[in-house]
Amino acid sequence: MKLDDTPVPLPWQRREKRFSHNGKFILTVLPLYIFTLAFVAGPLVYMFILSFLQRAEVWGVIGKFTLKNYTDILDPVYLKTFWESIKLAVLTTALTILIGYPFGYFMAKLSAKWKSRMMLFLMIPFWTSSLIRLYGWIIIFRANGPLDKALMFLHITDAPLKLLYTYAAVVVGMVYALVPFMIFSVYSSAEKLDWSLIEAARDLGANPMQAFLTVSLKLTLPGLLSGVVLTFIPSMGLFFIADILGGNKVVLVGNVIQEQLMKAHNWPFAAALAVVLTILTSVMIYLYRRLAKVKDLEGLV
Amino acid sequence: MNDIILQLQQIEKRFGDTKVLDGIDLSIKQGEFITMLGSSGCGKTTTLRIIAGLETPDSGRVLLEGRDVTNEEPNKRNVNTVFQNYALFPHMSVESNIGYSLRLKHIDKATIKKTVAEALDMVQLSGYEKRMPGELSGGQRQRVAIARALVNKPKVLLLDEPLGALDLQLRHQMQTELKRLQKRLGLTFIYITHDQEEALNMSDRIAVMREGQFEQIGTPEQVYDMPLTSYVARFVGSANILSGNVSAIDEQSVAFNCQGVTVFAARRDAPISIGQTVTMAVRSEKINLTPQGAGETGLHAVVTEKSFSGGVLHIIVTLDDGSELVSSRHGIDSPLAAGDSVTVSWKPENAVLVDL
Amino acid sequence: MKNRTKLPNIYLGVILVLMYLPILLVIIYSFNQSKISSVWEGFSLKWYTELFRDASLLQALINSLVLAAASSLNAAVIGTLAAVGMLKVNLRSKGVIEYISTLPIMIPEIILGMVFLVFFSLIGLPFGMTTLIIAHTAFCIPYVYMLVKARLVGLDKSLGEAAKDLGAGELRVFLDITLPLILPAIVSGMLLAFAMSMDDVVISIFVTGVNTNTLPIKIYTQLKTGVTPKINALCTILFAVTVLMGLLSGWLGKINTQKKTVLEENR
Repeated sequence: MKLDDTPVPLPWQRREKRFSHNGKFILTVLPLYIFTLAFVAGPLVYMFILSFLQRAEVWGVIGKFTLKNYTDILDPVYLKTFWESIKLAVLTTALTILIGYPFGYFMAKLSAKWKSRMMLFLMIPFWTSSLIRLYGWIIIFRANGPLDKALMFLHITDAPLKLLYTYAAVVVGMVYALVPFMIFSVYSSAEKLDWSLIEAARDLGANPMQAFLTVSLKLTLPGLLSGVVLTFIPSMGLFFIADILGGNKVVLVGNVIQEQLMKAHNWPFAAALAVVLTILTSVMIYLYRRLAKVKDLEGLV
Repeated sequence: MNDIILQLQQIEKRFGDTKVLDGIDLSIKQGEFITMLGSSGCGKTTTLRIIAGLETPDSGRVLLEGRDVTNEEPNKRNVNTVFQNYALFPHMSVESNIGYSLRLKHIDKATIKKTVAEALDMVQLSGYEKRMPGELSGGQRQRVAIARALVNKPKVLLLDEPLGALDLQLRHQMQTELKRLQKRLGLTFIYITHDQEEALNMSDRIAVMREGQFEQIGTPEQVYDMPLTSYVARFVGSANILSGNVSAIDEQSVAFNCQGVTVFAARRDAPISIGQTVTMAVRSEKINLTPQGAGETGLHAVVTEKSFSGGVLHIIVTLDDGSELVSSRHGIDSPLAAGDSVTVSWKPENAVLVDL
Repeated sequence: MKNRTKLPNIYLGVILVLMYLPILLVIIYSFNQSKISSVWEGFSLKWYTELFRDASLLQALINSLVLAAASSLNAAVIGTLAAVGMLKVNLRSKGVIEYISTLPIMIPEIILGMVFLVFFSLIGLPFGMTTLIIAHTAFCIPYVYMLVKARLVGLDKSLGEAAKDLGAGELRVFLDITLPLILPAIVSGMLLAFAMSMDDVVISIFVTGVNTNTLPIKIYTQLKTGVTPKINALCTILFAVTVLMGLLSGWLGKINTQKKTVLEENR
C-alpha cells in the first residue's frame, strides 16, 4: 500500500476552508448586524451629533457646530433638575434594596415548591401593565381614598392627607415599579448560594450576623449590584411616574427631555441632556462591571 | 494484504501557545483493542477527537484504511465515538437516539426499528425503546451510547473514558462486557482512560501518553514488566525509581552504586558502559524489607509508615538520602513497625533499567 | 427557633400583599356603580359593557397586540439566529455589536425614545405602526438574544459533536439537536419581549403617529386627563389574561418538573 499518494493540503487551502466555515454563519448574524447598526448605533450616533448642532428659529436644526447646548445644562435650573433626579434615583435605589434584598434572600431559602409559587406570585404583577399598577396607587392616594379612610377610621389622622401629587407618592410609585428587578437579581444570586457555607462559617465561630456579612452578603453582592444598576438607571428616566403621581411638583431629567422634545422642540438641547444622562448611566454600568467582575447583569432576563 | 485500519502520521496540534500533540505516530490493526493511557492533559482526548474529525491537526495525517481523512468532516468518516458524558440527546427517546444515524441515511422505518431492537438486545436493554435518557441510570445511558455508536457499523469505535462516571463495581462489570462485545464484533476499539488497571485489564495494546507524545506502546505485559521510561514505570503500577553510577556489567545484570551500596538490576538491550549514570525501576511488590542485621545486603532505610488498602499492605520506608520507597505485600500486618531500621533488597531480575 | 423561621415568611407575605393591593383596588372599582372612583355605590357590570362599545379603546388594544406580536416575532428570529451564529463566527466586531445590541435595555427608556424620534424624522420615516415596530423590535431583541445565548452556552457541546459523529451535517445538527433544545429559551424570551412591548409607554409615546394609539398610551393620556371607570374594567380583563397566562405557563412547567422528579425518584 502506498501511503504517500494522498496530497497533504497546503496551509492556505486549510485557511480557505476555515473562512468558508465562517462565511456560512455570517448569514445568521447578518440581520442583527444590520438592525443594530441601522437602528441602534445609527440613532445613537445621530443623537450625539445633534447635541453639538444649533436649533433653528422655529423648527428643526441648523448644521453649525456649537457647545451652547452643553453650556446651557450648566444653568442652575437644569443642574438642579439633574441633582433632583440623582437624589430621587438614590433614594429609590436605597429603598428597593431595603425592601427587595431581604425578599430575594428569604425567597431563596424557601423550599423548591414555594420558590416556584413565589416566582409565579411575583411574575403576575410584574407582567401586569405598569400603568394599571400605577393607577391602583392613584386610587389609594386620592383624597378621601382608601388610605385616607383607613387612617381616619383608625384615628391616626383626622383629615384627608392629600398624598397624591406629592414627592412621597412619586417615591412609592418608583419603588413599587422597580422593586421586582431588585428581587429577581438578588434571588438569582442567593439561589446559587451554597447554604452549607453559612453553616461552615457558624461552625467556625461566626455569629449569625457575622456569617451573613462575611459569607451571604459577599456571595450575593453581584446580584445586589446588578439590582442597583437595574433600578438606578430606569429611575433616572421614568418620567411618567413623576408625571402621574407627582403632578407638576416633581421635575426630573426625563421630564425635561420630554418637554424639550415635544413642547419646546429644542432637539439639540434634549440631545445634550440625553448624552449627559447616557454618560452617567454608562459610568454606573462600568463601575458595576468593575465591582462585580461579570459581564451580563444578573437576573436581568 | 494489509490489516492496518488506522494510521496517525506525525500529528501535531497546538491550542494557542501550548503544544498538545508533538508529532505522534500510531498504527492500529483491524480488530485491535488499543488503549491510550495517560493523566489528564496529556493529549489523549485531542488525539481521539482528531481521529473522529472533531478537531483538525496543525500538521500530519490521519489515514483510515489507507485513505487520507485528515480534513474530512466527522459526518463523512466511518468512525463513531462514545463520548465521556455519553452525549445522549436529552429530547429524544432511546429508540430515536440509537436510530439517529440510520434516519440521517434515510433508511426505511421498519429496518431502523429492527436494527435498533438488535442493538438494544446487544447491550441487554431490550424493552427500553421508549424511555428518555433522563429516565436511565448511568450504566444504562452508557449502554445506549455504545449501541448508538455501534448501530452505524463503524470501522473504528472511539471510546473516551466511557466508564469514568460509573461506580467501581459497575465499572468492573462493564469492562468485561465491553471486552466481550469487542471480541464478538471483531471491531477495532480505541479506548481512552487514565486508569492503569482498566488499561491493563482490557487492552491488546497500550499506548502510554505524556505531554503530547507516546512514552511507550506495547502489550500490557510489556508495559507492565518492561517499562521503557521511569514515567511509564511509575504511572503503570507505581514503581520505585532509583539511580546511580554503573560499577560492573555482566551478561544478565548491571551493578551500580546507589547511596554508597552496590545494587543490581537486569541488563537490557541498550548499550551500557561503566561509569554511566543509570535509572532503575522496581515494583513495590518486588521489594523485600528485612530487619537490620539479619545478614541481608542492600540499602539502609527506616520504616516511616504502614497503610492497608485493597488487601495489600504498603510499607513506606525512608532511605538515608531522604527519598521514600514503597514495599507492598499481601496480608494485613507485618512485624515491622514505624522507626525500625531495615535493609531494602530485591532480586536483580525484578529491577528494570529505564530511561529517565 | 420557631420565631426565627417564621419571621421571613411573614415578611414575604406582607410585601406580596402590598404588591397586589393596587391591582386589587383597580379590580374592585371596576365593578363600582359610581362614576367617581372614590365612592362605592354598589356592584355593577356596566363599565364592562361600555368598554366593549368604545371603539377607539378596542382599536388601541388591537394595535398593542399586533405591535407586541410583530416585535417579539422579529426579535425571536433576529435574536435566535444571531445567538447561534455569534458563538460560531470569528469576527472582531462581534463584541462591539453584541454590546450595542443590548444597549436598548441598558440605557433609560426615555433616551431610546428620543433617539428614535429624532432619527426617524431625520430619515423621513412616517410615524405610525412601522416606527413602533422598529423601536419595539430594538428593545425586544436583547431579551431573546440573552436568554437563547445563555441556553446555548449551557448546552453540552458534545451533543452537537455526537450528532456530527453520527453523520449529521451542520444544518441537521441545528434542526435536530440545537433548535429543540433552545426552544424553551426562545419561547420564554418571546413571552418576555411580548410582555415588555405590551407594557411600554415611554418609547411608544415618542415614536407613535397621531392616529396610532397603543393601549398604554391611551391609558396614560386618560390617567393624566381624567379616568373613566372603563379603564378599570379594561385593566381587570388584562389582569385576568395575565393571571391565566401565568398559571398556564406555571402549570406547564410544573407538569415537566413533576415528571422529572417522579422519574428521578424511580431511578
